[in-house]
Amino acid sequence: MQSSVGDPGAGKRGMNLTLRIWRQKDPTVKGKMVTYKVTDISPDMSFLEMLDVLNEQLIMQGEDPVAFDHDCREGICGMCGVMINGEAHGPQQTTTCQLHMRSFKDGDKIDIEPWRASPFPVIKDLAVDRRAFDRIIQAGGYISVATGTAPEAHATPVPKKDSDAAFDAATCIGCGACVAACPNASSMLFTAAKVTHLGLMPQGQPERDDRVVNMVAQQDREGFGGCTNIGECSHACPKGISMETISRLNHDLLGALRAGARPKS
Amino acid sequence: MPLELFTAGEPIADTKAPADVPIGERWSERRFRGRLVNPANRRKMTVIVVGTGLAGGSAAATLGEAGYKVKSFWYQDSPRRAHSVAAQGGINAAKNYRNDGDSVHRLFYDTVKGGDFRSRENNVHRLAEVSVSIIDQCVAQGVPFAREYGGLLDNRSFGGTQVSRTFYARGQTGQQLLYGAYQALERQIAAGSVEQNARTEMLDLIVVDGRARGIVARDLVSGEISTHFADAVVLATGGYGNVFYLSTNAKGSNATAIWRAHKKGAYLANPCYTQIHPTCIPVKGDYQSKLTLMSESLRNDGRVWVPKERGDDRNPREIPEDQRDYYLERIYPAFGNLVPRDIASRQAKNVCDEGRGVGPGGLGVYLDFAEAIERLGRPAVEAKYGNLFDMYAQITGEDPYSVPMRIYPAVHYTMGGLWVDYDLQSSIPGMFVIGEANFSDHGANRLGASALMQGLADGYFVLPATITEYLADGPFEKIDDSHPAAVEALQSVQAQVQKLLNINGTRTPASFHRELGQLMWDLCGMERSEESLRKALDRIPEIRQEFWTNLKVTGDWHSFNQTLEHAGRVADFIELAELMCIDALHRRESCGGHFRAESQTPEGEALRDDENFAYVAAWEWTPEGQPPVLHKENLEYEYVHLAQRSYK
Repeated sequence: MQSSVGDPGAGKRGMNLTLRIWRQKDPTVKGKMVTYKVTDISPDMSFLEMLDVLNEQLIMQGEDPVAFDHDCREGICGMCGVMINGEAHGPQQTTTCQLHMRSFKDGDKIDIEPWRASPFPVIKDLAVDRRAFDRIIQAGGYISVATGTAPEAHATPVPKKDSDAAFDAATCIGCGACVAACPNASSMLFTAAKVTHLGLMPQGQPERDDRVVNMVAQQDREGFGGCTNIGECSHACPKGISMETISRLNHDLLGALRAGARPKS
Repeated sequence: MPLELFTAGEPIADTKAPADVPIGERWSERRFRGRLVNPANRRKMTVIVVGTGLAGGSAAATLGEAGYKVKSFWYQDSPRRAHSVAAQGGINAAKNYRNDGDSVHRLFYDTVKGGDFRSRENNVHRLAEVSVSIIDQCVAQGVPFAREYGGLLDNRSFGGTQVSRTFYARGQTGQQLLYGAYQALERQIAAGSVEQNARTEMLDLIVVDGRARGIVARDLVSGEISTHFADAVVLATGGYGNVFYLSTNAKGSNATAIWRAHKKGAYLANPCYTQIHPTCIPVKGDYQSKLTLMSESLRNDGRVWVPKERGDDRNPREIPEDQRDYYLERIYPAFGNLVPRDIASRQAKNVCDEGRGVGPGGLGVYLDFAEAIERLGRPAVEAKYGNLFDMYAQITGEDPYSVPMRIYPAVHYTMGGLWVDYDLQSSIPGMFVIGEANFSDHGANRLGASALMQGLADGYFVLPATITEYLADGPFEKIDDSHPAAVEALQSVQAQVQKLLNINGTRTPASFHRELGQLMWDLCGMERSEESLRKALDRIPEIRQEFWTNLKVTGDWHSFNQTLEHAGRVADFIELAELMCIDALHRRESCGGHFRAESQTPEGEALRDDENFAYVAAWEWTPEGQPPVLHKENLEYEYVHLAQRSYK
């Protein structure tokens, strides 16, 4: 199927691109790749601004614009994310919203697809449902401290190196690129980032064993695949969450199981 | 002021703060006097919380912990997306860990002064008191704040203060604080105390017998429009900066919840108070969809300058020191680059208006780290600001370690919002408003690192303590879809949605949004005048007229339709824009972020008119065609004496 949009007279300075985009009306129907052309795309545009241009044109033609998730457009909310030429968030290690068109050249053909993983069902076109991640957090990705019960902040010093390492893991934005990049569709990097963040803080120790067994059990229940330490996840992660977090999760999991911790049913 | 733009109503006042005790005792006295709800009764009561940012997320979690039945709503896929996540620099608290003379009173004083004496003393004092508990709470949740080698918390300074009271987590403080609140919220969802409504947008408030009793919301995936009932409704839906189209807000940030509540009777206060943040990445082209902030914390080490000569377009590294104008250091030697945001923004505008701006279109100034890199070494600068530098490089394609950043002011925050009393209750009983969505704490200008403080203060500590006084009279009579107020609200929302789809004109929602935003930036932006505002007020009704006759929205409302979502939000922004301009026009003084060209000192600083304008302007909506009604809340300063702000 071919659908041409854009101003044919334009394009003197900008790039002309051919996009092949996954179109799927809703979860109940089969989707397909549809080809579009966009013209006069500035290299300073973000990838999503390029999609905005396409969508404005589609609306004017009375066609259904391409649905895609996005919100902050500054690389921190984790709402955006598509496969670009088979790579999660595209050719650079960043979020889709922070990918700029200077990463492409005139005449490029770009394939744009949603995250592909059964625990992330497609809602429409490029938008998927990632609530499985929230349920993994619900299983134990927190420290149980009701408001008002906290001791004075300086009561517990935290070694700077632990706090810094915890911060590095805590920068995970929950975008799902790790799952999309993984051949097994494993959510291990996401889960490991939270297990590492909280496990490195003294405040996280009392629940450390239960946390890891319950979060791992939940990701299995959601249908995410097993981790085979391939490393595509970390490579695709816009925040550079390290594979070391997965080692740490495995270490914690083994220790917790040995100590008798079992997931809540 | 001609009468046709608005009419004068009865004065309004806060009656909840106990005025009979000194300010330092009012918050504890208020908590003591307020009635409580016993734990067995809490289970019988439902509270709706709309929004899951720092204010809404923390409030929903805390109310859930307390034992209420909470229904939480957010328009994104996950509560972790709320735009608090993007706050970079930090959160203020009067811990005085630096031993540099900080105290609750000083934070209170700085905030009232920074707000240019247009905030309510009682609320600000409470905010300063509560600030210390916030840090304790967040540390206990595992928030990985920056620490020193001894393991204790680090601090930095922010604009408008001379102490270091800002706690931070590299350049991602908002993210880390939000995840703390998000995780607390998810814990309550797992415990069954909070019902989750993802990708659901509030489109109306249901008011029964004068009380807020529920909302009408649209499930953005299925398109279904339905009613949700409760004993109280809490709005935590953020600010309305996207009325300017380009802002540092998220693309989805919108004013629909507060605007529709306003149309149901909630007063909207000081809508013209908009914060223009001085350090954002300049606009590049017409396709620009949003603006990105570079944290104000950069002004701790970065030096702001422009060439002394206009039109000097040399490479900045080739401009010798004596041909540069470090204008903030020159004009404000005491505060230098750390003057409050409104002042830094306006001075950037002034130098650009003089033709000394840099970069494309001359709309930019340099923020230079060469001196800091030489003084501290590149690794230290990287450790402090690395992620911000990376972000800048990603967006502009330039390396800020070797070339000075170019920055320009952009809309960032709105100090105005729904009017609330000391209990954070709006003028509609049973509807509470927290975080950026209310107007209460920042006056005419918010200081850096105070938004996170206010959001969490409201959500963790203030609202959960004050809402009990209202709920002590509950649970209220059960209502359902058959109630006439519910039927009316549901049908009016459905009718509006259908109307948007029926127009079938020739312009997209985004094109109207861009036009409105440009108009507001030009005529009601960093500087406003009688003339510019009158022009805006002539033009906005025309935009509204064209919107409702020439809009094009594809698809239907029974499915996932992002164009329709956007159209509804733009419709509300257009109406809000008009009220903002009326408010800006009626306030014939300059204060904080509201700079009226007619009201300035000989040096070009904002000139307040305390005799005539030391009040909160609380606006009441009236049916279309009738002018809004102005209710004035008089501001009295018992503890901080009114003075011309000086940062020199």
